[in-house]
Amino acid sequence: MVTKQAINFLAMVDVTKGVIKDKNHELFEKSINGLILVLPNAIGSSVGAYTIYSLRLNGTSPIAVVCTNNADITLSSGCAISNIPLVDKLDEMIASNLRSGLTISVDSDQEKVSIQTV
Amino acid sequence: MQLTKDEEKSLSGEFGETMASAYRILLSIGAATDAEKLVPIKWAHISGVNYNTIGDAGVEFLEEFSQNTKTAVKTTINPMGFDRGKVAATNVSQSFIEQQMKIVKSFESIGASPSFTCIPYEIFDIPPKGTVVSFAESNAAIYSNSVLGLFTNKESSLSALASSITGKAPYSGLRIEEIRHPKVTIKSNIKLQTELDYGLLGYFAGNQIKDDCVALDGISENADMIKTKSLSAAMGTSGTCGMFARKEYGLRQDVVSFDQGEMNKIRDELNTSESGDIIVLGSPQLGISELKFLTDQIRYKKFSKRCLIFCARKTYWQAEQIGLTGKIERAGSEFMCDSCACLTPLVSKADVDSVITNSVKGAYYLGHSNRVGVALKDLKTIIKEYSN
Repeated sequence: MVTKQAINFLAMVDVTKGVIKDKNHELFEKSINGLILVLPNAIGSSVGAYTIYSLRLNGTSPIAVVCTNNADITLSSGCAISNIPLVDKLDEMIASNLRSGLTISVDSDQEKVSIQTV
Repeated sequence: MQLTKDEEKSLSGEFGETMASAYRILLSIGAATDAEKLVPIKWAHISGVNYNTIGDAGVEFLEEFSQNTKTAVKTTINPMGFDRGKVAATNVSQSFIEQQMKIVKSFESIGASPSFTCIPYEIFDIPPKGTVVSFAESNAAIYSNSVLGLFTNKESSLSALASSITGKAPYSGLRIEEIRHPKVTIKSNIKLQTELDYGLLGYFAGNQIKDDCVALDGISENADMIKTKSLSAAMGTSGTCGMFARKEYGLRQDVVSFDQGEMNKIRDELNTSESGDIIVLGSPQLGISELKFLTDQIRYKKFSKRCLIFCARKTYWQAEQIGLTGKIERAGSEFMCDSCACLTPLVSKADVDSVITNSVKGAYYLGHSNRVGVALKDLKTIIKEYSN
């Protein structure tokens, strides 16, 4: 699931369903549950780190997160305790080719994202 | 990131699983912010104390995390969900109270000060300029960097917690002097007058600026704490930027304009109601200067609507000593200590359709998370329209 808009996790995410609940966000009513979430970075509340952990415990979290910008502290600490792989500072060539629905692989050790060709 | 031998040992679990997990958090944010090393900090301020914000997952995490561990540095914590002195008088459910008190117990057991405030900079003594701290709670981080000259990144609940028990934080971002010089200036073409104007500028700045620090041109040299606090809180709500500076002369900077159109657009987005059922003040919590201002404005008058005032207990006691609380309560307002307007369980869709507030941050979270309508007006206007 790809978005160009940053996410305020505390205010915008329904943790029971793993769905974006902010009607002003382009992912409104879209699910991030079980998907690889590609976003610029998180914004706003410092408590968003717990929101990510809640998603994980509820089984509604993304399976990996890719930041097209630098990852912020809220998102990276939330992913760290939730064991959700995170890659940031994505190469612009790859970033510009990412679309919702594509199959991609994320390797957080190598800090690599690659698009699978069918 | 370069770690010392002791830090390596902590990471590998030699000092327990909690310490290892704290170091894993520091390493992850160190990687995200390109830190070369960890540095000692003097003070940690932790957010994520209100059960309404962290939920059952947070309760469980903190119960586990707080076993057999203690803070390594001075540690203060954010507001909880309700006023500990007024439990019987609130409509908070029994299960909420139980879960909230588990959180309080976890923080007490690690030795954090039960401050329950989102404005630690108004409650505690401020260390000298340049002191390295670790502040979650975005308004506190931004205010401390920008107005007090403390060095912190805009930490998360978890990173500030990790810094509290390790006494360390990554040397990155706004902890590095050079990063504290802005590359972009936002020039306000509007004469900023009220605290609400400053809040709207802050929200715009957070939205626009991807750097750690921004210069603001057009904020008054003698803007008081009420205004800079409103600015900090709003900026923390809409972005990642952790510091504002006054316009820096002589530097080549990109300039972004803040015009009436931009201001109206943000106001229209957040102002979802013409009026409201109750007045909600205190996101961030009100400090002494705001309570003095309020007392002056409300003198000889009474609020025509229910008015909730959120503040720290210590602020309430100070205000009581100098005779402010009686005057404010006689005007028909109720104090809620230990808690804050942002995501308070005391304001819900079940009880009210809409609220009146002067806080941009409050408007955002009351609208998005509490799901009520918001009438956004500056404090003077609120008192003029809703008292007689």
